[in-house]
Amino acid sequence: MSDIFWIIVAGAVLTYMARAGGHVVLARFERIHPRVEAGLNAVPAAVLTTLVAPAAMEGGPAEIAALATGAAIAFLGGGIMSLFLASATVLVLLRHFIG
Amino acid sequence: MSASSDIEPHRGSEFFQGVRASIPVIVAVAPFGVLFGMVAVENGFTTFEAVLMSAAIFGGASQMVGIDLFGANVAPWLIVFSIFAVNFRHILYSATISRYISHWTPLQRYFGFFLLIDPQFAETEQRVEQGHPISFAWYFGVALPLYICWIAEAGIGALFGRFIPNPQALGIDFLLPIYFLGLVMSFRKRPLWLPVVAISAVASILAYRTVGSPWHVSIGAAAGVLFSALLPPGERKAEEERP
Repeated sequence: MSDIFWIIVAGAVLTYMARAGGHVVLARFERIHPRVEAGLNAVPAAVLTTLVAPAAMEGGPAEIAALATGAAIAFLGGGIMSLFLASATVLVLLRHFIG
Repeated sequence: MSASSDIEPHRGSEFFQGVRASIPVIVAVAPFGVLFGMVAVENGFTTFEAVLMSAAIFGGASQMVGIDLFGANVAPWLIVFSIFAVNFRHILYSATISRYISHWTPLQRYFGFFLLIDPQFAETEQRVEQGHPISFAWYFGVALPLYICWIAEAGIGALFGRFIPNPQALGIDFLLPIYFLGLVMSFRKRPLWLPVVAISAVASILAYRTVGSPWHVSIGAAAGVLFSALLPPGERKAEEERP
């Protein structure tokens, strides 16, 4: 079996452990310690940011403009779909015209 | 939540109420399901592997992270660890909903947790807020169409992606960072969001430049999470913090 297959299987097992684990572990406690909860709350934003920041650093004007457009749309109240479509449009247009 | 003594709601109608709740989620998620299939193939996955990943992991952001890192030739254990890190938040979801589903059988519960993705959690919380009990039929009614569509979309994207002539001009190579940006922005109502994002961004860029590619993910993420854990917002029940 390929690396990919085992990556998928191991990722799926760990993902299931996370999805069931809260019931198994955390539910036994009266409440979660505020620091643990604050840390867990930060996990998605922290992890996902590390996937955007270096790409933004390496990007040219088209890439930077696309990400800036997306951030602006989110702050104006747009959902993830409008953000995604607008950013992709800016990216494709600028790549086409700038090169 | 004292509804357990109420009349047993009709199972069929509960199921279809769940199906109805899943429709807007399916529409919003569909492009990303297809995108996943396309990018997976571009990063060296076969169609079968793309479909298998959607079926087995069933978590958009973590699947995207997995294929992104696979394309970057990162060590397999680190890819698995990153998938786990992205999905680790689900531990809070099962802790939260376990009090609504104590009347389920253990088999129903441990099956239900497999399907406990972000929109499933959001719909469940909403249903509780509206004063409804969480029946297994309703929960499964939300989850089943989402799951089937998610798998089908990976297959469609994987098959269709091969026929895109110039992915660079269409910006497909940069769609993942845009998608991740969208997810980052979707968490912006959380406490300490801006400092966490700023710290993780700076730490990951520094790590990217010094330590090198795979490690910027764990180092940047750890910086943001530690900051949040060590600095809970002062206004949030500050008195509980004192020993």
